[in-house]
Amino acid sequence: MEQIPILKLGKFLLVTIQVDMHDQLALRLQDELTNRIVKENAKGVLIDISALEIVDSFIGRTLANIAAMARILDAETVVVGMQPAVAITMVELGLSLPGVRTALNVERGMEILSSLVQVDSDAPPPA
Amino acid sequence: MLLLRRDSFPLQSSDDIVKARQIVRTWAAELGFKLVDQTKIVTASSELARNAYDHGKGGIMIIEAIEDGDRKGLRLTFQDQGPGIPDIEQALKDGYSTSGGLGLGLGGAKRLVNEFHIESTVGKGTTVRIVKWV
Ligand SMILES: Nc1ncnc2c1ncn2[C@@H]1O[C@H](COP(=O)(O)OP(=O)(O)O)[C@@H](O)[C@H]1O
Ligand SMILES: [Mg+2]
Repeated sequence: MEQIPILKLGKFLLVTIQVDMHDQLALRLQDELTNRIVKENAKGVLIDISALEIVDSFIGRTLANIAAMARILDAETVVVGMQPAVAITMVELGLSLPGVRTALNVERGMEILSSLVQVDSDAPPPA
Repeated sequence: MLLLRRDSFPLQSSDDIVKARQIVRTWAAELGFKLVDQTKIVTASSELARNAYDHGKGGIMIIEAIEDGDRKGLRLTFQDQGPGIPDIEQALKDGYSTSGGLGLGLGGAKRLVNEFHIESTVGKGTTVRIVKWV
């Protein structure tokens, strides 16, 4: 069965979407991510879509669902690497990604996740 | 109007939707569409292929490279023998969905192309034809 690998990076999960996902695969990713957030007690999810050549309404809905589910499980979601042509097309399609934070690349996305989680839960280190 | 090339593909599984997207991408690139316009026609085709499969119980996509005077274009026809659409105007509205979808497929696809034509008969099926010029 096809799988999209989910990597653990400290308290975050990293997903790099490398294939043109068919709809079932997108749904499976949504389920697996939800399970992994719980299992790993993850505080953030980074989804790298730089290899995705389109984001249509189904993929858009999947990304928004993942973010909503993660939020319920007390984890933040950042989507990174959206190609400019994809972003332009999404706007014309009428697709917005409610509740989904975006960043230019994985590094920026990690910075955002780290800052969000720190503000959220981490006690400051002793002086 | 000159027909340069024509082919047709089944839309009977969600894998077929992926294949349809890839074929549209290849033809669009070969015709000389710029990246943004390739992305637009591929996205429109993904929405309409999914509609034919999800709502229309499966169908076909006909892809045609056409030429009109000095412009070239891509014409895509999505055909199914599904339940049809009772109220097309309503179906075209953003946010309208009978299946818990986002309801952006039809209206969105229309915005992404130059020509959009839809015909549907309840109990008989639906045909959507789009054209995008290079
Ligand atoms: N090929 C089709 N056959 C039957 N009904 C369709 C077809 N395409 C679209 N529809 C109807 O039009 C509605 C809107 O379609 P669309 O804008 O693609 O939104 P969504 O697919 O998210 O529901 C669908 O919910 C469905 O009721
Ligand atoms: Mg649709």
